Order: sequence, then structure tokens, then C-alpha cells
Amino acid sequence: MAKSDKSVAVRGGSAVERADRVENPGFEPEHKRIHDVNPEKAAGAERGISILFLLSAILSVTAFALNFLFPIVPGDLWSVRLNTLLVGVAIAAGLLTLGVGTVHWAKALMHGHELVEERHETRGDEPTRKRAIEIFQEANKESGWTRRRLLRNSLITALVAFPIPAIALFRDLAPAADPVKALKHTAWKAGTRLARDPSGTPIKASEVTIGSAFHVIPEDLHNYEETFLNEKAKSAVLLMRLPVEELNISEERKDWSYDGIVAYSKICTHVGCPVALYEQQTHHLLCPCHQSQFDVSNECAVIFGPAARPLPQLPITVDAEGYLVAQSDFLEPVGPSFWERTQ
Amino acid sequence: MATSPRRGRRHPLASIALLLVGLFASGGAYALFTGAATAADNVPSAAQVENGKALFAANCASCHGLNAEGTKAGPSLVGVGALAVEFQVGTGRMPMAGSGPQAEKKPVQFAQDEIDAMAAWVASLAPGPGMPDAEYLSGGDASNGAELFRINCAMCHNVAGAGGALTEGKFAPNLHNIDPVHIYAAMVTGPQNMPVFSDMNITPEEKRDIIAYLKFMDENGSVGGLDLGALGPVSEGLFVWIFALGGLVAITIWLTAKSN
Repeated sequence: MAKSDKSVAVRGGSAVERADRVENPGFEPEHKRIHDVNPEKAAGAERGISILFLLSAILSVTAFALNFLFPIVPGDLWSVRLNTLLVGVAIAAGLLTLGVGTVHWAKALMHGHELVEERHETRGDEPTRKRAIEIFQEANKESGWTRRRLLRNSLITALVAFPIPAIALFRDLAPAADPVKALKHTAWKAGTRLARDPSGTPIKASEVTIGSAFHVIPEDLHNYEETFLNEKAKSAVLLMRLPVEELNISEERKDWSYDGIVAYSKICTHVGCPVALYEQQTHHLLCPCHQSQFDVSNECAVIFGPAARPLPQLPITVDAEGYLVAQSDFLEPVGPSFWERTQ
Repeated sequence: MATSPRRGRRHPLASIALLLVGLFASGGAYALFTGAATAADNVPSAAQVENGKALFAANCASCHGLNAEGTKAGPSLVGVGALAVEFQVGTGRMPMAGSGPQAEKKPVQFAQDEIDAMAAWVASLAPGPGMPDAEYLSGGDASNGAELFRINCAMCHNVAGAGGALTEGKFAPNLHNIDPVHIYAAMVTGPQNMPVFSDMNITPEEKRDIIAYLKFMDENGSVGGLDLGALGPVSEGLFVWIFALGGLVAITIWLTAKSN
């Protein structure tokens, strides 16, 4: 810049100080509160605050007494409700009056002037800095950190090696079995009977009247002991019977239902909520979490909402005794999308 | 002298005796009358069926057809049974006030004997679900009923029976203070968009347990305090956002404001 700007004074280094900078205006003149100028008001505030404190004391003692006036009677839930309500309200009111009194005291009666407490410099003074360097140099001399290189390097090697076992420990936090395999299969197998949830009694085709909705689990689900809930979460099925003429069945699925009885996974393909709000006249299935709607009469096609795919259909048939059985597992993974899902 | 104590004795005795006779007579007559009525309920008389047919023709036939065969405006009622009539008319849903997403509960339009007569006529057309035995309407195991309710009913009616939204303006009604007959009837007949839960899916004993659970909730309020309609996290969250956070904001403003 050839022309120098008069309004900018350049001091050493890169610090730029503008000549027209805003000066620190300092404090506003002290604001006199009504309690500062009127002793009567101040006395009134003092009375009010002490009343709050005494009220707090009374409420705390009351809370203690209420424990005995309204005791918790074992087996009587209403006594629990009454006890917790009254004791809780008394404790809360006691604390609130205490807090309000304290704050009011500080705001109304304590000294109102403002003051500044300067923060100390972040940079130490010269003697301190010098002495710190001396300490480091002394320590180096006494320990031989730079002189005894073998010692130093072997220590560094040991410290670097120390966290290596953690790699194995953290690796063990990952699932033992391949989760993708678990996500792709459910407890349904060829010949597994469809059973009522929760009793596990098998269902005959003749018991499923038109308009019915059954909440279904695999009959052998109770054999899974440790993983029962995981298996149930994957294999829950909703069984419905529609008038046959209202079902639009594609060619490849024409053997998957039985006389208007269809079985669909209950796990939403969006984020896995149980889809079970079945409307038997419109044949809509509604997911309560995000309002995805599936049309049961059109192979559970998505007609509204965020779900990406139709609900998977469980191919069913009837065994020799008339019970409904699965023809196989689901032919696609149930539930929401996951990274390794290919379809 | 002789008449005064006699009159004094006779007067109170006579009034008590008269009261007793009157009570026995009216009570006995009532018992006889209601006994006869129960007998008539079980086997509807020809006159009751005729009466039902006439009531149906006057009030229902414009939508359901003169012989309940159904029209474009309303479904056929052949084979729906007496229980469906008891539910639809006994809760005021039928006759419908107007077309809409679903028939809603409203004041009952008919006397009970008229409903019974129409039910008898509809039941005479074809076999269908009839009135449940009284033993399935009271008693029962509320805890088993709660489990069945959670699995079969709660997804639409809410776990506390508060009801919930369905698609396109339809909704599952709340189940507070419903006549046990109507709870039972709804499960058996599957009114409107509710699926059918026949006795082969949920046995009459299990239906009794579900009724027991709903009645338990009617009689026992929320032990956890204010339930805010038991509508779930949205309404509860809204309450906390408005009142709890609002209170905190008010306290913060007061804390930082200068005293005058």
C-alpha cells in the first residue's frame, strides 16, 4: 500500500489498532433499588424473605410428618401414590421457598454495586519461565534421558507395546456369530405349525374365520430358551383371512396362501415396529410408529409412508391334521434394511 | 281405657305388616315378571320376531334392504347374529347418523326390548353369534386378560384402552366404561374394521379375562398419578415441554432480571 491510512496506527508485529476503536465505557452509574432508598421497603423485603425461610422449615418438617400420617401400606398401591404425592410436594415446596428466599435476598438486599475481578496473565513471568527450563534440564541431567539412549528407547518400546492386548479385548466386543446370517433367517422351517401368541397352541385352518386376525408365533418357539425373545422378534407373524375373491395373488405366490388365509411378517420393513393394526374391511395394515400402510389384498404392497418394501409373506399350507404349517422360512430377510441386505 | 292401648298396638304393627306385604308382593311380582322376561329372551316369541321385522323395515331397511339382504348403502345382515345387532344398535352406532369414515358411538336410539326384537328377527334369518352366557361377562383373571389384551388388542386400542388412530380418518375407540356385553360382542363380531376374534381364536374364558382387565382399569385409576389420557410419549412429551421447560425458563428469567 502506497498510501498510508491515517486512521490505522501500526504498532510492532501484526497487531493493528484502529484509532477510532470503541473505548470501554466502564460501568453504568449504580442503579439504586427501591430497597436501597426506602428503608421501609427494605424491612418489608427482609420480613418476606424470613417468612419464606420459616415456611421452608415448616414444609420440610411437614414432609417428614406426612411420611407417618400417610404411610405406605404394603400391597396397597394407592397408599404409595398418596404418600409419594404428598411427601414429594412438601419437599419440593420446602426447597422452592428456600431457593426463592435466598435468591430474593441476594437480588433485593445484598450490596448492589458491580465489580470487576481481573483475570491474571496467562503468560508466566520471566523468572518463573527460566526456572521451569532449569528444572527440565536438571531432570534430564539426573535421569540421563538423553545420555542413556538404550534405556530411553527400550522404555519407549515397552510403552508402545503395552496397549497391544487391548486390540484383542476390543475385538471380542463384536458379535461372536455372523449377524448377517442371523438377520436373514427366522425360526420358521418347512412344516413348523403356526401357533397362537402367547399360548403356543397350533391353529387349524378351519378356526380362521373370515375377517379374523391371529397373532402368530412358530409352535416350537418355546424351545429357544436363551434366545427366545430374539427369535420371537424376528418370527412374529400376523395371520388374516380375507374373502378369496378380494386377494390379488401373483403367479409365483399362488401356492403361498390357503383358501384366503395369508401370513405376513409383523416386523415393519421401515425400522422394525410390529405392524398389526389390521382393518378387516379395507384390508389395510397400519404401522403405528411412522404410519406406513400396507395393502394385504395386494401382497402387502406399501400404499403410504416411509416403508421401502412390502412386508415379507410366509408361505403356508395345511398339514394332514388340518393345522396351518409353514412351507419354508421367509424367502427374504424380515424387518428393516441392513448394510449387507442385497435385495 | 281399653281402646287406647289396642289402637296404640295396632297402629304401628299394621303399618309394618302393610309395608312387608307390599314389599313381598312387589318383589315377588318383579321376580315373576323378570323370570318370564328371561325365558322369553332365550326363545324369542313369534310376536317378538314380527315386532323386530317391523322395526327393521321402518328403521334399517333403507340401507340394509327389506330382507336384510344388503344394498349399495349397507351390507347384508344375513348371518351376523343377534350379538351384532346388540352391539351396533345397543351402542348407538346404528342407525348411522350419516356417512363418514366410520359409524361412531352415540346415544342409543331404541329401547332394550326393541333392540332385542330386531336382534331376534336378524337371528331368525340365518344362524349367527348369539348373546353370551352371563358367566363370561364377569369375574375372570385380569392379569391373563392384560397379556391377551397387549398381544391382540393394544396395537389399535392402546395398552391402557385409550384408543388410537387408524387410516383415513378411522380410529379405534377408547374402551373405558364399556358394557361387558359390548366388549364381548365386538370381539366376536368384528364390527366395522375391527378384525374378528372368534371363540376359536380367543376362547370365551379368555374373553372374560380381557373384560376383567378392562373393568379393572375402569375401577382402578392410574397409581402413577396423572395419566394425561394415557396417550403415550407424544402427549406426555408435550406436557413436559410446555409446563416443565416453561417453568424453568420463567425461573431463569427471574434469576437474571435486575431487582427494581
